[in-house]
Amino acid sequence: MAIIRWTPGSFGLRGPWSELERLRSQIEGLFDSLTGAVERRGLTGAGVFPLINLSEDAENLYLTAELPGVSAEALEMSIEGENLTLRGERKIPEADKNVNYHRREREAGFFRRVISLPVRVNAEKVQATTKNGILQVTLPKAAEAKPRQIAIKSE
Amino acid sequence: MTQELQARDKMAVAPEAEQTRPHPVFVPAVDIYESEDSLTLLADMPGVTKDGLNIDLKDNTLTIRGEVQAATDEGKTVLYREYQEGDYFRQFTLSNVIDQSKITATLKHGVLTLVLPKVEKAKPRQIEIKAE
Repeated sequence: MAIIRWTPGSFGLRGPWSELERLRSQIEGLFDSLTGAVERRGLTGAGVFPLINLSEDAENLYLTAELPGVSAEALEMSIEGENLTLRGERKIPEADKNVNYHRREREAGFFRRVISLPVRVNAEKVQATTKNGILQVTLPKAAEAKPRQIAIKSE
Repeated sequence: MTQELQARDKMAVAPEAEQTRPHPVFVPAVDIYESEDSLTLLADMPGVTKDGLNIDLKDNTLTIRGEVQAATDEGKTVLYREYQEGDYFRQFTLSNVIDQSKITATLKHGVLTLVLPKVEKAKPRQIEIKAE
């Protein structure tokens, strides 16, 4: 018998926990509306820093990522086959001693993300710029990956 | 030892006044620390340029608003979108200790550094005594 990973609802549409789940999410929604204007969404995508947006047109793939406080020198990008690897470190300059922190929400640390690209790209012609903390990468598609019109002859 | 950065979703917020066009607005992560003579605020606002940044101090309320030009997606097919682009907005209440005329702001790599110097304490004045 195959081992099936248990998840809520794996017993069918109405598993033993589904009622509790529903109740829990309703109460959570109630609390959220009481505490005011904050909208909260679950973690989407791969959940790995940095979050990326990927789009394409006929010629190129475009990738953008938000990397505030990371300069181009602290960032490393490499392409191997169809995988793009983004590595770097976000540093936060140390404040002088004798300071009193009121809030500390920003985080520092290293990051590494491997992104699997949907098509082959021409690694020689990839262009990447960081501006205002946003990384923008333009990856020209490899010649064989571009859409090609095929002429159909009728006989 | 440095740790690995975790991805965070941006928290959306409803700014003070309603907007004329629906546009997502997020809360920037900030660090605030206080030293003997100033208060420093650092905010992560990627995508905001100097022209799109608006810092306002009124009645001891500091309002930071950064506008982000959303990249156009014309002619492009979106394959994968993990984060949304939007403006940044946050408000703080400051105490009277800040000298409002000496606030400085710098924007680099999408990080805003705001230094708010405290009011200079009154220096003791020497009073000259003339003897007659």
